[in-house]
Amino acid sequence: MSTEITQQAHAATIQTDVHGHHEGDHGHHHEESFISKYVFSQDHKMIAKQFLITGMIWGIIGGLFSVLFRLQLGYPDMSFPFLEDMFGKWAAGGRISNEFYYSLVTMHGTILVFFVLTAGLSGTFANFLIPLQVGARDMASPFLNMLSYWFFFLASCIMFASLFLQTGPASGGWTIYPPLSALGQASEGSKLGMDFWLISMAMFIVSSLLGGLNYITTILNMRTKGMSMTRMPLTIWAIFFTAVLGVLSFPVLLSGAILLLFDRNLGTSFYLSEIVVKGEILPNEGGSAILFQHLFWFLGHPEVYIILMPALGMVSEILSVNSRKPIFGYLAMVGSLFAIAILAFLVWAHHMFVTGLNPFLGAFFVLLTLLIAVPSAIKVFNWLTTIWRGNLRFTPAMLFAIGFVSLFISGGLTGIFLGNSTLDIHLHDTYFVVAHFHIVMGVASMFGMFAGVYHWYPKMYGRYMNNTLAYIHFWVSLAGAYLIFWPMHYFGLAGMPRRYTDWSNWQSFNMFTDANRVISTVAMVVFAVQLLFIFNFFYSIWKGRKVTTQNPWGANTLEWTAPIRPGHGNWPGEIPEVHRWAYDYGKDGREFVSQVEPVSDSESKH
Amino acid sequence: MSTASVAQVETKWWTGGKSPFNVEYGKLMMWYFLMSDAFTFGAFLISYGTIRFSQNYWPDPNEVFNAFPFAGHANLPLAFVSLMTFILIVSSVTMVLAVHAGHHNDRKGVIKWMIWTIVGGAAFLGCQAWEWTHLITGDHAVLLNGKLEHIGTTVSRNPWGAAMPGMMHDGHPVSTTGPVAFGGYFFGITGFHGFHVFSGVIINIIMLIMTMNGTFDRRGHYLMIEKAGLYWHFVDLVWVFVFLCFYLI
Repeated sequence: MSTEITQQAHAATIQTDVHGHHEGDHGHHHEESFISKYVFSQDHKMIAKQFLITGMIWGIIGGLFSVLFRLQLGYPDMSFPFLEDMFGKWAAGGRISNEFYYSLVTMHGTILVFFVLTAGLSGTFANFLIPLQVGARDMASPFLNMLSYWFFFLASCIMFASLFLQTGPASGGWTIYPPLSALGQASEGSKLGMDFWLISMAMFIVSSLLGGLNYITTILNMRTKGMSMTRMPLTIWAIFFTAVLGVLSFPVLLSGAILLLFDRNLGTSFYLSEIVVKGEILPNEGGSAILFQHLFWFLGHPEVYIILMPALGMVSEILSVNSRKPIFGYLAMVGSLFAIAILAFLVWAHHMFVTGLNPFLGAFFVLLTLLIAVPSAIKVFNWLTTIWRGNLRFTPAMLFAIGFVSLFISGGLTGIFLGNSTLDIHLHDTYFVVAHFHIVMGVASMFGMFAGVYHWYPKMYGRYMNNTLAYIHFWVSLAGAYLIFWPMHYFGLAGMPRRYTDWSNWQSFNMFTDANRVISTVAMVVFAVQLLFIFNFFYSIWKGRKVTTQNPWGANTLEWTAPIRPGHGNWPGEIPEVHRWAYDYGKDGREFVSQVEPVSDSESKH
Repeated sequence: MSTASVAQVETKWWTGGKSPFNVEYGKLMMWYFLMSDAFTFGAFLISYGTIRFSQNYWPDPNEVFNAFPFAGHANLPLAFVSLMTFILIVSSVTMVLAVHAGHHNDRKGVIKWMIWTIVGGAAFLGCQAWEWTHLITGDHAVLLNGKLEHIGTTVSRNPWGAAMPGMMHDGHPVSTTGPVAFGGYFFGITGFHGFHVFSGVIINIIMLIMTMNGTFDRRGHYLMIEKAGLYWHFVDLVWVFVFLCFYLI
């Protein structure tokens, strides 16, 4: 600890030109209090850890919800008295009630999509990696960065509180389509829980905006000397495009949410028209429920890339480092990220093929949707050619990165099925869709996140995580992911619909009873293994094997030139200057050449 | 890559160690924030357009917005909103002058023009308050469920439907109720814009206090005034679109 403090003091006295305009807030460093170091910290590394740990807590909650509703789906005819002990009227007689089931599914989606895979993933790695990998002392605005976390915390509190409402949390699906979500009398979950959901999301959007502005500005403005855009590691490119997507798409969800709040509470008719609920004729007229879907999916589709892209970037980096080979097609990787970011804004209506969209319009959305296969395929081929004949080191991070590629291929292929508006007539709202998006954006992004955590853990805490536990975590998760979601493709092809609590009265789907049971059992095992990961994470913070070298993975990027446990300011002394791209592995007979090493005259060109 | 080419590259803007746009980070952030905010307003206005053009009938703004304070029942179409727009645009001009004074580190000039900008913003908000009150409380005769009623404009109903001439003895026409969406979008979008103006006035007041305390003189630059100015001009620009969509079209 004492060395850390001297490093901080050292860092504080030296300011470089990139950080010089910071109005002297580095001028006088005093001993940090517990509050300013761990709670209201403005250090990007601590904020990253706050995002990660909050995300992990949400991950446990969201994962537990899926276990609960899998109990219902796998064993629809059985009663579990402990459920009634825990949840009372929501599980009367030990069976999950319909309302409870819909709440669980809705909150599972909301939590995993927004709180774990957006805030937990982007929040963690954008904060942690941007300053360390572009060579900056901190984010452009550490204060707004701190606010970004605390708005996320506020959003978390509101969403968490909604779980304990008498009428339960929101239950209209994570897409909260009106009129169901707009009318309190339509269902229990559309009462106060829905208002909590909307207010929580508004806070979440503020958090995401503050974070995103910081990420973009830091990457553009604060790169160290020599770090041109084309020398940036692919992680930074991916986070950059992620932030751009967030800054431009979340405000549209905000508009949609505000209009929905007005419809719910002020008697407006933005989304409502000519509705009868329980025999009561509502006065609303002239609104359009489809309008909400457009506003929602204008965010909702970029959102899946907001979730996926940081994983794409981290996987590129980790595959290259652990194959001891340069990334294949660096510029093609950047270009394909850019193409995905553009296309992300042009395909939202493929979620609406069967909700009343003009079929003529659908044709264009089919074309644009299928175009995404091109940059995605470029990425896959570049990853495969990166590890091709590489000197592979199967660290846990590497395994999760390879697992990511496998899931990205499997889930991506079914996306081509679903992108066709004609096939979608049959496949929409079936388990085929569930299988597709869970594999390609859910589990795949979780794998990317795990890869990132295992890879950068030594930089975060100065210790390693336990490898044996990590290998168990990987193999069970990978096998589990396929065991859970592979059979669902067949359910979907057979026409089995989503969002039903019970199919046992449905003769045609009885053939899937056993498969459903297997899925539920595997889901529980996989959930248990995630708890093992959580244990490994916290245990290793205090008891893990200590990192003794500055650059344990032999990587080229800048974060490994900083001290093992960098203080606020990251580098004691000058920020290193960058002389080359991040992927000089196996060059001129040398295993790796750090970005800070000047190019010598005798070096071969690449 | 040879060393010669590296030396060449280092003279360029994008090689790191400096801002590629030669701006300070806060200004860059403000620009990206405004882009984001433009998408929020864009979503609102596009929603408004979608719903409006799905209706068979839409109120005529010349009829709805024809009142002026202290002018009684005089028919002055769009006169008051023109005044509001004029006030807001003038406040943008005074903001430009404040930023200009800031460039010359002229503290007195900044204070003077910031005060005028704040006055302009507050005047605009006052006008909006009057306009809203007038719409909500201003009754009009409407044929509702076969009965003659007097209603104002709210988010759930309004009197701006098609007129039925010759219905009343005094020669005034009676109308049917107008499209519900009119009130919702009008109050929703002008309200959201008004909230932005309100935030802008608060920001400008903070800037004024900081200027009076000499904070910017100590820093040696008035960049904060410039950033507040960017926001203020954006709010004005949005008003131009709101004005176009609700009052002119």
